[in-house]
Amino acid sequence: VRTPTIPKDVNWREFFVEQLIRLAGASSIGFVLLIFLFLIKEGTPAFLEVPLSNLLGQRWYPTFDIYGLAPLVLGSLLVTVGAIGISLPLGVATALFIGEIAPDWVREILKPSIEIIAGIPSVVIGFVGIQVVSPLVREFSGAPTGLTALTGTLLLAYMALPTIISIAEDALDSVPESYRHAAYALSATQWQTIWRVVLPAARPGIVTAVMLGVGRAIGETMTVMMVAGNAARMPLGLDAFLRPVRTMTATIAAEMGEVARGSTHYHVLFVVGLVLFLVTFMINLAAAFTIFRRGRGGGGRFLA
Amino acid sequence: VNSSRYSAQKVAFGAISAAAISVVIPLVLVIAYIVAQGIGAMNWEFISSMPRNGMREGGVFPALVGTVWLTIGTALTSLPFGVGAGVYLAEYASDNWFTRTIRLAIINLAGVPSVVYGLFGLGLFVIFLRFGMSIVAGSLTLGIMTLPVIISTTEQALNAVPQSFRVVNASLGGTTWQGVRKVILPQALPGIMTGVILGLERAAGETAPILFTVAAFFLPRLPHSIFDQTMALPYHLFVISTQVPGMPIKIQYGTALVLMVFVLTMNLLATLIRRYYRRRRQW
Repeated sequence: VRTPTIPKDVNWREFFVEQLIRLAGASSIGFVLLIFLFLIKEGTPAFLEVPLSNLLGQRWYPTFDIYGLAPLVLGSLLVTVGAIGISLPLGVATALFIGEIAPDWVREILKPSIEIIAGIPSVVIGFVGIQVVSPLVREFSGAPTGLTALTGTLLLAYMALPTIISIAEDALDSVPESYRHAAYALSATQWQTIWRVVLPAARPGIVTAVMLGVGRAIGETMTVMMVAGNAARMPLGLDAFLRPVRTMTATIAAEMGEVARGSTHYHVLFVVGLVLFLVTFMINLAAAFTIFRRGRGGGGRFLA
Repeated sequence: VNSSRYSAQKVAFGAISAAAISVVIPLVLVIAYIVAQGIGAMNWEFISSMPRNGMREGGVFPALVGTVWLTIGTALTSLPFGVGAGVYLAEYASDNWFTRTIRLAIINLAGVPSVVYGLFGLGLFVIFLRFGMSIVAGSLTLGIMTLPVIISTTEQALNAVPQSFRVVNASLGGTTWQGVRKVILPQALPGIMTGVILGLERAAGETAPILFTVAAFFLPRLPHSIFDQTMALPYHLFVISTQVPGMPIKIQYGTALVLMVFVLTMNLLATLIRRYYRRRRQW
């Protein structure tokens, strides 16, 4: 929204305030740059101290100066892919339910509930994971421990849901009513309309939902640290989900508190942070461009 | 009428409804379970006393106070920048590369993992600016993390104010800033408050950004100044549920309950403000 043009009778105060507000607007750019700068500043020494072949290795064993990032990266990948595999169908279905099927009173209950899910602290979800979900996983899978990739995946899926639901809802909402009317005029049922017309038309938005869901899941820290078991080993093989796994986020959170500032281990943890930053940066950039292309300004809800 | 088409619809809608229900049921169960298990630990002493005997007895008072301080600090950090940026985007910015860069920056701030905010806060505030692990460092870190939510909700709230308000302001000779300060901002205030509270709710429950910037494992006293470390509820729950052997389960659930109540109260407050003003507003 643009203010209509006003005669430029600008006194110093108007000018001063406007500059302050512009500065506040620009501050976000400054903060992103600062984050990047400090990750680089604290991370780059690692590349001098640790040979690249070591960083690219398959073992993470900082006590012996072995800093292979592969198990951590794959660990993050495993739980993220698993989580999105669960939360995408569930989230899109819920968005369909809210947008197309549910009566008003149900919608009035559902929408704030989903907002509440987004607000539950991840440490509380992790706590419930330890107390309730992990024993269940152990019982059903027969694995020796309930703290496995599967446990982390299930909880992550739940935490990614609010993001996926709200963006999928936006996407469904932005499909023009006329598409639906046209389908009904051809005597399609409501479900045929949804399946053959609305969902395909909303696909770019749903792709955005997936991307931001991935960004959210890959960056989630406390929950996976508490329930995924934290074994830094390559998550390969068919039973990878039933074994403990360690993500990049959990590694930083678990180890940063105990390393000496300025040590090699410390620098490498910042490299892990840098990798996380760059991955989420690219995901968000891609998501932003799909949103900008659809002409939806600031992307409103998807930030919240 | 082909009835099989309708039976397909019935099946599909059944599945969709089941999916939606399966999203809400865990929420209800989690809240009910934590309340049921935690209520036994709940009494005034639990809220208002120091942890004792290696946190296995006593209460959560210092963690609760710490979280309140951090929430206030987060608000002080993120409000001026966040509301300012929201006002800029809604009322001043034109559609040019500068504005688009700001929007991209906000989107990326929103996507930075919380633990990376922790690293950033450690590098900039704790070490480089020599704040040490302190309430200032933690608040600034949480404040920057909360910015995107506050900016986007402020912008939305301002955009929702009808254009005619601005036209009338201009026709009466008001400048942009006069219009913003005396007309637009007051009208958008409830919306902004709702967004701010939801943003702070998120910050209050965060653990990863405070791990290396402020949170103390065990500190059985209140912080003396903003350059002091402090305990905080989310980190306290993490500590007692994973790091302390032989921790009575009742205290763990009690702490989870206090944190949930803290966060859900803010959520409820935001919802109430939204409901109340939506009914009252004239446009």
